[in-house]
Amino acid sequence: MRLDLNGAKVDIAAPPMKRLLDVLREQCALTGTKEGCGEGECGACTVLVDGRPVNSCLVPFAQVKGCKVVTIEGLDSRLKEVFAREGGAQCGFCTPGMIVAAAALRKGGDVRAGLAGNLCRCTGYTAIFRALNP
Amino acid sequence: MTELLEPRSLREALAMMRRDALTPIAGCTDIYVGLHFGTLSAKRFINLWDLKELRGIKLKGDVLVLGALTTYSELIESRLVNRRLPMLVAASREVGGPQIQNRGTIGGNIANASPAGDSLPVLAVAEASIVLKSADGARRIAFNDFYTGYRKTVMRPDELITALEIPPVEGRQWFWKVGTRAAQAISKVVMAAVRSERTRIALGSVAPTVVRLPKTEAAIGISVEKAQRALREEIKPIDDIRSTAVYRLRVACNLLARFWRETS
Amino acid sequence: MPAVGRNVLRKEALAKVTGAAKYIDDFSFPGMLWARTIRTTIACGRITDVAISAPGCVIVTHADIPGDNVIACIEHDQPCLVETDVRHAAEPVLLLAADDRAKLAAATVTIAYAPAAPLFDARRSNTLFKKIDIVKGDVAAALARAHRIIEGTYTTGHQEHVYLETNGVIAVPEEGGITVYGSIQCPFYVHKALKVLLGSDKVRVVQVETGGGFGGKEEYPSMIAGHAALLALKAKRPVKLVYDRVEDMLATTKRHPSVVRHRTGVAKDGRLLAMDIDVLMDGGAYATLSPVVLSRGVLHATGPYRCDNIRIVGRAVMTNTPPNGAFRGFGAPQTQFAAEVHMERIAEALAMDSVRLREINVLRSGDTTATGQKLGSDCSARKVLRDAVKRTNYAKKRAARKPIGLALFFHGSGFTGGGEVRLASKASLELTPRGARILVASTEIGQGTRTMHAQIVADTLGVPFDAVDVADPDTSRVPDSGPTVASRTCMIVGRILQRCAREMKRKLGRLSRREYLKRHGPLVITKEYERPSGMTWDDATYRGDAYEAFGWACDVVELDFNPDTYEARPIRVTAVQDIGKAIHPILAAGQIEGGTAQGLGYALLEEVVMRDGRMANASLTNYIIPTSMDTPEIDAVIVESPYRHGPFGAKGVGEMPIDGVAPAVVNAIRHLGLDLRDIPATPERISECGLI
Repeated sequence: MRLDLNGAKVDIAAPPMKRLLDVLREQCALTGTKEGCGEGECGACTVLVDGRPVNSCLVPFAQVKGCKVVTIEGLDSRLKEVFAREGGAQCGFCTPGMIVAAAALRKGGDVRAGLAGNLCRCTGYTAIFRALNP
Repeated sequence: MTELLEPRSLREALAMMRRDALTPIAGCTDIYVGLHFGTLSAKRFINLWDLKELRGIKLKGDVLVLGALTTYSELIESRLVNRRLPMLVAASREVGGPQIQNRGTIGGNIANASPAGDSLPVLAVAEASIVLKSADGARRIAFNDFYTGYRKTVMRPDELITALEIPPVEGRQWFWKVGTRAAQAISKVVMAAVRSERTRIALGSVAPTVVRLPKTEAAIGISVEKAQRALREEIKPIDDIRSTAVYRLRVACNLLARFWRETS
Repeated sequence: MPAVGRNVLRKEALAKVTGAAKYIDDFSFPGMLWARTIRTTIACGRITDVAISAPGCVIVTHADIPGDNVIACIEHDQPCLVETDVRHAAEPVLLLAADDRAKLAAATVTIAYAPAAPLFDARRSNTLFKKIDIVKGDVAAALARAHRIIEGTYTTGHQEHVYLETNGVIAVPEEGGITVYGSIQCPFYVHKALKVLLGSDKVRVVQVETGGGFGGKEEYPSMIAGHAALLALKAKRPVKLVYDRVEDMLATTKRHPSVVRHRTGVAKDGRLLAMDIDVLMDGGAYATLSPVVLSRGVLHATGPYRCDNIRIVGRAVMTNTPPNGAFRGFGAPQTQFAAEVHMERIAEALAMDSVRLREINVLRSGDTTATGQKLGSDCSARKVLRDAVKRTNYAKKRAARKPIGLALFFHGSGFTGGGEVRLASKASLELTPRGARILVASTEIGQGTRTMHAQIVADTLGVPFDAVDVADPDTSRVPDSGPTVASRTCMIVGRILQRCAREMKRKLGRLSRREYLKRHGPLVITKEYERPSGMTWDDATYRGDAYEAFGWACDVVELDFNPDTYEARPIRVTAVQDIGKAIHPILAAGQIEGGTAQGLGYALLEEVVMRDGRMANASLTNYIIPTSMDTPEIDAVIVESPYRHGPFGAKGVGEMPIDGVAPAVVNAIRHLGLDLRDIPATPERISECGLI
């Protein structure tokens, strides 16, 4: 099945009902995207599909046919450096999903609401808010 | 072995569903979790996600038509929906978080038939019509007639929800969700209401299905207290993993008063 | 430029933000099998039959255990796999492994039981894991002459860690032995436990990047590592065992629920004359760390107050629920919740301002604690109280009846007096051409261990921060520095490293590093923990210097209360915390902010619903932790009242932040006139609450 993955046109063979998360991690060696819950509650598996943040644990592979999928590895964003410097990442497990979701925030949009789908247990979100609202 | 059928048109989809028992999937925010954790026994699925006929928000005359695959994000971003049905936008903002809003669909919320569905009280008081299609043709069901019991609808196994038709809503729209927390929460009590000459009130999470409250609606024009007494008769909240019957009852009564206060 | 006190870029920051950091589930080994754990479905009884249909799977039962069927911890009471006695639901019975995940999932195991009546109520349990008595002065006499006696009982529930990364390990048979890689806080705990289980010394444990711990990966990994190791040894292949969220919540340790009863005699002027405290902790089915959780709990049970007559009776008891274990704060959040809500009630009873009541009774330098420990000059309890009150405009808001509440609290750093001596932790420093390499068993689990240790070594040695690197915690390469717990990683292990660095500097003299290595060959300096002179502790009488140093803190929480829905939402949180020295200000603030947020969850949202001794809400949908929408910006105010034996004056910071949040929240709710004494303060509980 053809799709655009991190800016490259690829053709991947995978069962259509396999989770996009598993295809990325197991078949594409893109282990940056994490599984935190498997039920779409924590956002650690967040990737962009056609520019929108989604929980990749809830997307069957077949549904990204012809789509643009971007993972943390392919995300070109200043936010990575900002998070690193400002304490936005502690244990780092929620971080890839958090940065992907943050990168998709609309300018001027509500940061808190925009990250409501990304749980973090380490930071208490304060450093993340600060990183995004300097 | 799970199988996924991928129709390229609505017509093809309906023909497939006529032939076989298939479980439709769209946003997958609910059903797919069961599949992964082994609690879903279904094995044969049909992918609706690419069916363009099920998308789109438009006006047909003065009726607002929402394609079944309209996502919560699309509802939030639609100027038309914000103008015509702000209570649906309010409800959409309270569903999960951005990731869920980008995939969850209004059709899915309806078909999933959870008594806690956040959009359902809104559609109940908006008196929406649900458009169902099968290989045989189309039929329209009034929202109030759609649910027959806990997670049970009038849908036939070969039918799909294709759209919602919502006539203009006269009056002030009001929505409140009490979740387990401020986001990513299943509702404990969810209420939508329209204040007008013909006030309509609906509640979720307090009965086996979303419920309109005709006795409460009739009484509220007289007094809030009378309406609260009627409310206590009309809903049947339970204790469950998230909350208690007593709490739900108390809060529903308080929200009723709040609605009346805020729309005066 | 010195590194200590500066926000240097943390060592693994770039790996984490680019997705390059590898956690255990990101690893694969050739020939690796996946594993599955079969668990009990009843809480108490005996197994009478096990029927297995598992084609294509390797099967491990207790009969396959080469050493002792035990997960060695403080006691040796917990089996690795059930033989016949079932003591809790989700107890592990047997293990399966296969290279085909479909085969693994398809395997069916049917267990028949002879059930017995389970005990779920800790208050009714007669099986004691530990009892501790602390006595100071004469409580009975003091109560007799008190102007008033105020009593109260306070309860706290379970709390689940919800580290974003679940428990996971990979066991690899190697060189006649076994190596276990994993998400682990304490590699040497696992090492010790595996040696007992496998009856072999050929054990190696390697910690890999870990996605959060909070104590949930302190002792539990010994269990999951044991399981993976048994499978790997039988199959002669690597075995990956990573829990999904549901299994992790069902089967692993939680914070001990508590019931704490206070009986306090006060003088007319508000002085505390007598404190009579009963602490009950629910340990779950096996002892695990209950004796030490109880210890820390009772040692903090008075709160940061002075009193000449104290009696504390602590008990940790058994119930037929999954064993509880370490969780940030480790007993102190439970007992300080009770202490601080009780203080508020004392103030209410005396019609006295509760800040004034605290001021009258707060511990000062030179005062003695319940165990007779004399407090040093770094005691800043009064300072943090005043600072928090001033900074938050507390008095004015209280007068206006806003739901604002306060808690004053403290936290001992390191293990108790005897504990650090028993641990005899070691740290090593290896000379490298560029600088030095740190060799410790302390783990990076998000708090910044690698970075903070490197800062201390860099400045002591006089080299740039980037010239100090940190070896992976691999038991075959690093000495046992003790566990990464108890707020000891900086104060205790950091200090040992500092001594190593001083000696290295001395040894180098005027030689450059390259010259030294050329002339003398490799240089590794190893030092062991030394208790500061003058410290004494008696385990038998529980008297003496319980901890080397205490941190002091005051939290103020302001809520928004919805009277229609009974929801209390935190809108402003201020945490004034004395940690001695912030080695890395952003990392230190991160501990305060994160611990405080976790405390907000503990206070308001997080509830483990038990049905028949099994967690009924074992998923992130139904076990609720705060999202970004539930968390206001937390104002972390760092106070530095240096401890003279701490590296650069540092005390501990990891746990203290969670100790005082729940009482501050409940005290805010109490200010609305609601007589709340239990957490979590869910809207349901608040709506049922009586009036004060």
